[in-house]
Amino acid sequence: MSESLIQAASSRFDQAEVYRIESESHPVSFESNKLKEIMRRDTSGVALRVIDDGRIGFSSTTDASREEELVDRVGSLAPFGSEAAFSFPAPAEYPTVDIYDPAVTRISQQEMIDVGQSLVEKLLDEWPDLLCDARLGWSSGRGRILNSAGIDVEYDQTGYYCYVGAQLIRGTDMLNVWSGYGSSHHFGDDELDRLLQNVRRSLRWSDNLAKASANSGDLPVIFTPRGVGATLIAPLLSGFSGKNVANGSSPLIDRWGEKVMDERISVYDDPLIDGASGSRPFDDEGVASQRMALIDNGIAGGPLLDLQTAGQLGKKSTGAAGRGLASTPSPGTSVIDIAGGDSDFETMISGIKEGLIVEELLGAGQGNELGGDFRANVSLGYKIENGEVVGRVKDTMISGNVYEVLDKVESLSSSPEWVFGSLRTPAIQCLGVEVAAKSE
Amino acid sequence: MKYRDLIDSALKNHGADYCEIRIEETDNSRLTYRGKSLDTIAQTSGLGGNVRAVTKGGWGFASFNSLEDLESKVSDAVDQSKAVGTRKTEIGDGQAHVDVVPAHIVNDPKVVSLEEKKRLFDHYNDLVWSVDGINSADIIYGDTSRKTFFGNSDGSYIEQEQVHVISRISAQARRGSDVQQAGFSIGSQGDYHLVKDLDEQVIDAAKRAVGLLDAKPLQGGERTVILDPVLAGVFVHEAFGHLSEGDNVYENDKLKEIMYMGRKFGGKHLNFTDGASIPGLRGSFKYDDEGTPATRTPLVREGELVGRLHSRETAAKLGEQPTGNARAIGYNFPPIVRMTNTIIEPGDATLDDLLEGVEDGVYVRNWYGGMTQHEMFTFSSGEAYMIRNGEIQEAVRPVMLTGNLFETLQNLDGIGNDLDMNQGGGCGKGGQSPLPVSNGSPHIRIQNCLISGA
Repeated sequence: MSESLIQAASSRFDQAEVYRIESESHPVSFESNKLKEIMRRDTSGVALRVIDDGRIGFSSTTDASREEELVDRVGSLAPFGSEAAFSFPAPAEYPTVDIYDPAVTRISQQEMIDVGQSLVEKLLDEWPDLLCDARLGWSSGRGRILNSAGIDVEYDQTGYYCYVGAQLIRGTDMLNVWSGYGSSHHFGDDELDRLLQNVRRSLRWSDNLAKASANSGDLPVIFTPRGVGATLIAPLLSGFSGKNVANGSSPLIDRWGEKVMDERISVYDDPLIDGASGSRPFDDEGVASQRMALIDNGIAGGPLLDLQTAGQLGKKSTGAAGRGLASTPSPGTSVIDIAGGDSDFETMISGIKEGLIVEELLGAGQGNELGGDFRANVSLGYKIENGEVVGRVKDTMISGNVYEVLDKVESLSSSPEWVFGSLRTPAIQCLGVEVAAKSE
Repeated sequence: MKYRDLIDSALKNHGADYCEIRIEETDNSRLTYRGKSLDTIAQTSGLGGNVRAVTKGGWGFASFNSLEDLESKVSDAVDQSKAVGTRKTEIGDGQAHVDVVPAHIVNDPKVVSLEEKKRLFDHYNDLVWSVDGINSADIIYGDTSRKTFFGNSDGSYIEQEQVHVISRISAQARRGSDVQQAGFSIGSQGDYHLVKDLDEQVIDAAKRAVGLLDAKPLQGGERTVILDPVLAGVFVHEAFGHLSEGDNVYENDKLKEIMYMGRKFGGKHLNFTDGASIPGLRGSFKYDDEGTPATRTPLVREGELVGRLHSRETAAKLGEQPTGNARAIGYNFPPIVRMTNTIIEPGDATLDDLLEGVEDGVYVRNWYGGMTQHEMFTFSSGEAYMIRNGEIQEAVRPVMLTGNLFETLQNLDGIGNDLDMNQGGGCGKGGQSPLPVSNGSPHIRIQNCLISGA
């Protein structure tokens, strides 16, 4: 039990922390237009972290019968552990955020089957040649943190998600489109219709194939909200990771407080948005959550820090610690919220003589993102000619640097959208994206 | 036969068309270094299991960490399968196998103390830092023991143990806001000595990282490329392997029309194979996670499609034989069709033969990653060098290569004689990542490959 574990560890080591999670999830999946599988997952496990003689020992298990071993195991590991730059925190005040919806735990198997069925049928009505997949599910879980400084806190959260995707094959031309949303709260037709609208728009725009022309940065590119998530977020956020700041890999190290991109860009990490996937009242070390400005009107704010990286940098934890059972915490994002702009999305498109729309990438993240670089194959993207979408582009690669591209912003759409559940962003139109394409 | 009675008794009177139980015990050790010194040391253990059932073609699945009341987990999974199934169950006739398969061990990581492992990797970390211009080191070492206990309603009971050792060592150099990295990834089944004697490779990675600060980015476009065995292995995995997986095709009529047996994908020099029965590699095993014995499956012979990778269901639905490619990364996932050890069979050419006649091309080595979506694939090189007039010349910034499977295989016009395996990677599919796989090839040459530079 957690109490006896923290007591045993606290009496043997200088400091100790117990992290326990329990959850159940209920996924339902549709494949090739039919209900395919119903699943249930029950997980539970506990992790023990100690600081002894200034060094960190860590172990975890999902085997309840081996929990007693944890104290001895961390005892043998701590002497070789990394140096602790922090102490476990004392109890504090936590903000409240709404991440538990009892209605989610009452979602029936039949309801999920009906939702999936209805999504598939609506798509097949308009495009009978589609092969649709859908994945939905609900989950509920509890996390508990106890430490030797007196913290004993837990929170319950629920989750509900729905993905719908469609595949269309014509000859050897293959198209895959999908849309998805997740929240801690139950959602219904409004959100489900939005998913369908996204899929339908992608299918319509992909009706024809178009050619992208190779370009070294003068072609305007509109990243849809999904495209922003696919292309720009990871290379941008790697500069804010406390670990990358602490070990010198972040390009922002000497630039906090400086203007690093267009002043219309504001990016927040906000774990206090009610209902968002990723919101939480405190982080996985028991430090209170807060809304942080990563980029504030183009100016670099500060890094996301957990206790260790904060200690290494002589700062305070920003409440950004995330963890699974198998490893020690590390600083990361919770929910990313990007401020919208003034432009209407349709007007953004109609204002472009020749340009590209980017929705989805293949192979992003497989290059050197540390300096903010991105490059990937555009797996879902469209050509704009004379203010209209003329077709889908293929065999096209984009590359660039996120700092450069976000310094060449032409417009931002006025209504930010949720991309899945942990990113809310407008569409962003910018220059500076290099395009490589196969010739005829 | 630790859990045999438990599994047999839970499966009695299951009520589905087919039912299986898999229990897993795992033990992991891990060391990571970020920046100047050790970041984490961890030892973790795990216990879990699942029940999988199929009735009238519909599947149910229940996974758990507690082995108590297995019977109720069985009824959960069976009830789920009954709520889904409306057609016929097609999984072929299973054969019962009863077997205990010990781990393939060459040098057991479990007998090496954590202290000794830390000493070794402290040394590699110091080596990275000994090179001028280095900004950070990023090092991971891990060893895992995974024991699976599998029983099904066909009467199989199979215990298997696998021990894996992996390491990734990467160095970073920095100049202003330009950050470059270089490294390598290695892996083995059961051989701790894989990670000894890496001094030269580690220093080379650090020097490459510093060198990249001065390397020029290549302009994107189509080029002739020569891939080293490691990157060519990633290429065959991404470009062809995923499309060979039977679950892409078995319920997809259009894809069946495209991936028909006998279809010509390229010249007679193309021969691809996948199989877990190839011994001693990261993707090797005796039985897959449905209890089907591993095989060695020819996928392409002399340029023509001759085989596919299967689970019991994809094989049955396509009227083909199961190949032992149903794998789950852990107890909380159902098995799906996965690759194991994937190979481009060697030809006759030497590297010089392939270089001959290449006026302006790129030599790419080592891998950084790869990804596939149907007929489109990308993969990223760890290193890239210009080829001019048949000679490998200066380093350029690593590139990403992309293409369409059908075109690219037609453009694969040279296959070397120097087969080598890449065992440092893990495959991701359906949220199950990183699954131990290996892939390999000799040097190969591809014309008109689309490349993106920095």
